[in-house]
Amino acid sequence: MNDQPRDTDDPIEPTEQQRVGGSPDAGQQPAVVHAPETTEVAAPATTVATDDRTVEQEDPWGSAFRRIMGGNLVMAVLAILTSLVVGGILIAATDERVQATSGYFFARPSDMLSAAWEAVAGAYSALFQGSILNLARADAGFAQLIKPLTDTLNFATPLIAAGLGVAIAFRVGLFNIGGRGQMLWAAAAAGWVGFSFQLPPVLHVLVAIAVGIVAGAIWGGIAGLLKAYTGAHEVIVTIMLNFVALWFITWMLRTPGLLQNPGSNNPISPAMVETAVLPPIFGPPFSLHWGFVLSVAAVAFCSWLINRSSLGFQFRAVGYNPSAALNAGMDVKRITMLAMVFAGGFMGLAGAQQVTGTVTTGFTSGIDAGIGFDAITVALLGGSTPWGTFFAGLLFGAFKAGGFRMQAAEGVPIDIILVVQSFIVLFIAAPPLVRAMFGLPQPGTKSRRRRRDEAALRAMTKGEQA
Amino acid sequence: MTLELQGITKRFGALTANDHIDLEVRAGEIHCLLGENGAGKSTLMNVLYGLYQADEGQILLDGEVQRFAGPGDAMRAGIGMVHQHFMLIPVFTVAENVLLGHERALGGLAGAKQKVREISDRFGFHIDPDARIEDLPVGVQQRVEIIKALSQDAKVLVFDEPTAVLTPQETDELMAIMQQLRDEGTAIVFITHKLREVRAIADRITVIRLGKVVGEASPDSSTTELASMMVGRPVELTVQKQPPVLTDNQLEVSGLTVLDAIGQKVVNDVSFSVRGGEVLCIAGVQGNGQTELTEAILGLQPKATGSIRLNGRELLGKSVRDVLDAGVGFVPEDRKVDGLVGEYSIAENLMLDRYRGAPFVSAGTVDRGARDEFAAEKLGAFDIRAQDIHTRVGTLSGGNQQKVVLARELGRPLALFVASQPTRGLDVGSIEFVHSQIIATRDAGIPVIVVSTELDEVVGLADRIAVMYRGGIVGIVPAATSRDSLGLMMAGERPAAAEGAAA
Repeated sequence: MNDQPRDTDDPIEPTEQQRVGGSPDAGQQPAVVHAPETTEVAAPATTVATDDRTVEQEDPWGSAFRRIMGGNLVMAVLAILTSLVVGGILIAATDERVQATSGYFFARPSDMLSAAWEAVAGAYSALFQGSILNLARADAGFAQLIKPLTDTLNFATPLIAAGLGVAIAFRVGLFNIGGRGQMLWAAAAAGWVGFSFQLPPVLHVLVAIAVGIVAGAIWGGIAGLLKAYTGAHEVIVTIMLNFVALWFITWMLRTPGLLQNPGSNNPISPAMVETAVLPPIFGPPFSLHWGFVLSVAAVAFCSWLINRSSLGFQFRAVGYNPSAALNAGMDVKRITMLAMVFAGGFMGLAGAQQVTGTVTTGFTSGIDAGIGFDAITVALLGGSTPWGTFFAGLLFGAFKAGGFRMQAAEGVPIDIILVVQSFIVLFIAAPPLVRAMFGLPQPGTKSRRRRRDEAALRAMTKGEQA
Repeated sequence: MTLELQGITKRFGALTANDHIDLEVRAGEIHCLLGENGAGKSTLMNVLYGLYQADEGQILLDGEVQRFAGPGDAMRAGIGMVHQHFMLIPVFTVAENVLLGHERALGGLAGAKQKVREISDRFGFHIDPDARIEDLPVGVQQRVEIIKALSQDAKVLVFDEPTAVLTPQETDELMAIMQQLRDEGTAIVFITHKLREVRAIADRITVIRLGKVVGEASPDSSTTELASMMVGRPVELTVQKQPPVLTDNQLEVSGLTVLDAIGQKVVNDVSFSVRGGEVLCIAGVQGNGQTELTEAILGLQPKATGSIRLNGRELLGKSVRDVLDAGVGFVPEDRKVDGLVGEYSIAENLMLDRYRGAPFVSAGTVDRGARDEFAAEKLGAFDIRAQDIHTRVGTLSGGNQQKVVLARELGRPLALFVASQPTRGLDVGSIEFVHSQIIATRDAGIPVIVVSTELDEVVGLADRIAVMYRGGIVGIVPAATSRDSLGLMMAGERPAAAEGAAA
């Protein structure tokens, strides 16, 4: 009931209480010595609460942005379901048997329908078995049964960290498309620490990751700095910095003595030293490594940062309304820069996880694996909240883990999985579309107005009786 | 043309926004529809304009029952509307906006330009049909709205809160235009909640409260009578206050000059001082440097020179944070843009400028307990009408939003209080409350600066009045100065017996 906007048409809400005397509540006595004389202030006998005109005149981009951000759980679930349906149709349509049987659909429709059913059911069952529980190998022991689940967590690890890097920037009103560059720098820095130093086991990997985070934070901070102090748009800056990072690191990987593996002509780095590799949590057959725990910790930290910390309070205030933040004494420029530093830091964690966990045998300039862009989707699906991003990251990890099995077992093109993912984004980004498809009420239309009006009427009649 | 509304009833669900409203507007008269915000005036006019369908009752034009399915029908029947928030496309020219929706009827762009010139000449508007809307001042944009309505040969013109966005001078000019329209035989419905305007211009007054017609009033009624009818209880319009008791606290501004982005002087060598316990009102037509002056005090103007000393400490050149920490309370001109974060709850907005250290933040973490306790206390003390402290501020009415701003700014120890347009867009009840808070702050011995374009407010609150014109202070005069001489000063004329700019 709290979020019902008042309209100009609403009648006045009647009085519920009387208020006498209006001395400003100055908390403590101000720096004033003079005792004020007892002054009678015209006391409003019965103040009538009123509605002023609250016609919003906000810029359309801002409101679209907020709409995208404001997606709730129901919408996310519906978007996922809808895209799975669309994906199913595509799987059926691209299946060879379905295509063959459709030739004589009108003679024997059951052939095509059963083919379609088998294709879709097989594909989604492969997706499930590849990402959550491998029922086919349930008799081979519990470990084999749940191995896909740990694969999912493994794939989700960098997606979650990178998703946070987009989400936190979103909350400050910034669009961080620079995940690729931030991850690349982080990977290069963490990788360099990983292959060129000899340090004690646990310390080595932690130092490598910390250096990676710092590198990502610096690269993000550069974009933030340019945005805050020159006004250059962060979307442009981060995209272009991606290329700078990509080609700079490609050059370093090609140059002997920098990042290139000695004795190799390929643009690839040496392998990590044993001590700089994130150890597995459970050991074989599971590949899940401690990077996942770091991602969970990052989510918890991000959640505290955004929702509970003083800095997060400023972050969100600047994101919602920079003018009000400025008037409240916040240093909007500094906050903008800091937001990108943190965003780059989370991206840096993802980049460091890639070199210390996923690809430990030497990295190329493709080490980011497109995660910097997938992260945008993850953050959108997660509504830019830390825990939302966490679950969205798990879902996309599941898609990745299951996608391979779908391709291998059922011959479904991996691209179809990507299509499903893309549809999820489409539906998430356009809530009115999903609402229209499921016949849900659009916000701001009748049902909400009715609820509000009824509430107002109740208040009104109560007041008249009083 | 005579417009008659008979027994119009409009319900939204179980709520009756208009309850059997009868209204008659004759050609050649200005009929004022007076009521508080939310009384149902706008609903009634939207019914008339075809935006809503009435549940009961009928609309008659010259005795004929009309059925309007949409604004198009209403326009064709000769009803024109000048909206409070202009329905113009900023990047289009005047002629293009007038043409929009009536391309054939006006005969293309050439015809529209011709029409604009014609109407413009008739009323002495001096509007260039090729000027882009976004380049025009608000008052002129409103005239374009009027031209747009007249270009459709409107016989009944509805003005929905037309003066809310205008300066006093623009208001006077608008009134002259309305009178001219009336004299030419147009029937005018003038919707407002400003009593002075009603008394100045209305031929007949209908007062609406809670969706019902409360009665007709004569234009000769006193403002107090009108206000009481409108609000439904006796209203105190004048601000009650004792003579000022001055304290040693002092704000001293000397030689303050502010340059805008292109290097022009928007505040020009301004000097004044305010003692604790008095209210200095800064009057003047909007856009004469008042905004920049208050922003300079708060530290929002980078290109400011001169000196602003609060109790001997220099504020100029300090960051906003430092100025706030020095004990400056600031109510910004536009509360939605500069004062509040609409998406934040009341509780969060109440701590918006105290995000560092005690009492709300410890170890970098927001202390929700302390925050909510403070908010709950302020909710009661400032009579903020909301579900609870977690209600989003954006959903509150303007009056309650302003109470949130006041509660925050007055909620910490102050050494100076600056309020810019503190009652803009508020209804009578909230205005009373805001004024009482300002006076109470003054009586607590704090120097208070109130910037207002409303002369009533200035005269009611001020102990001294400084009038600004083109960035400079024309003069600082006692509160008892007559409205006429204040008006002259607002036009830039120096008063003979003023204290002088340096006072």
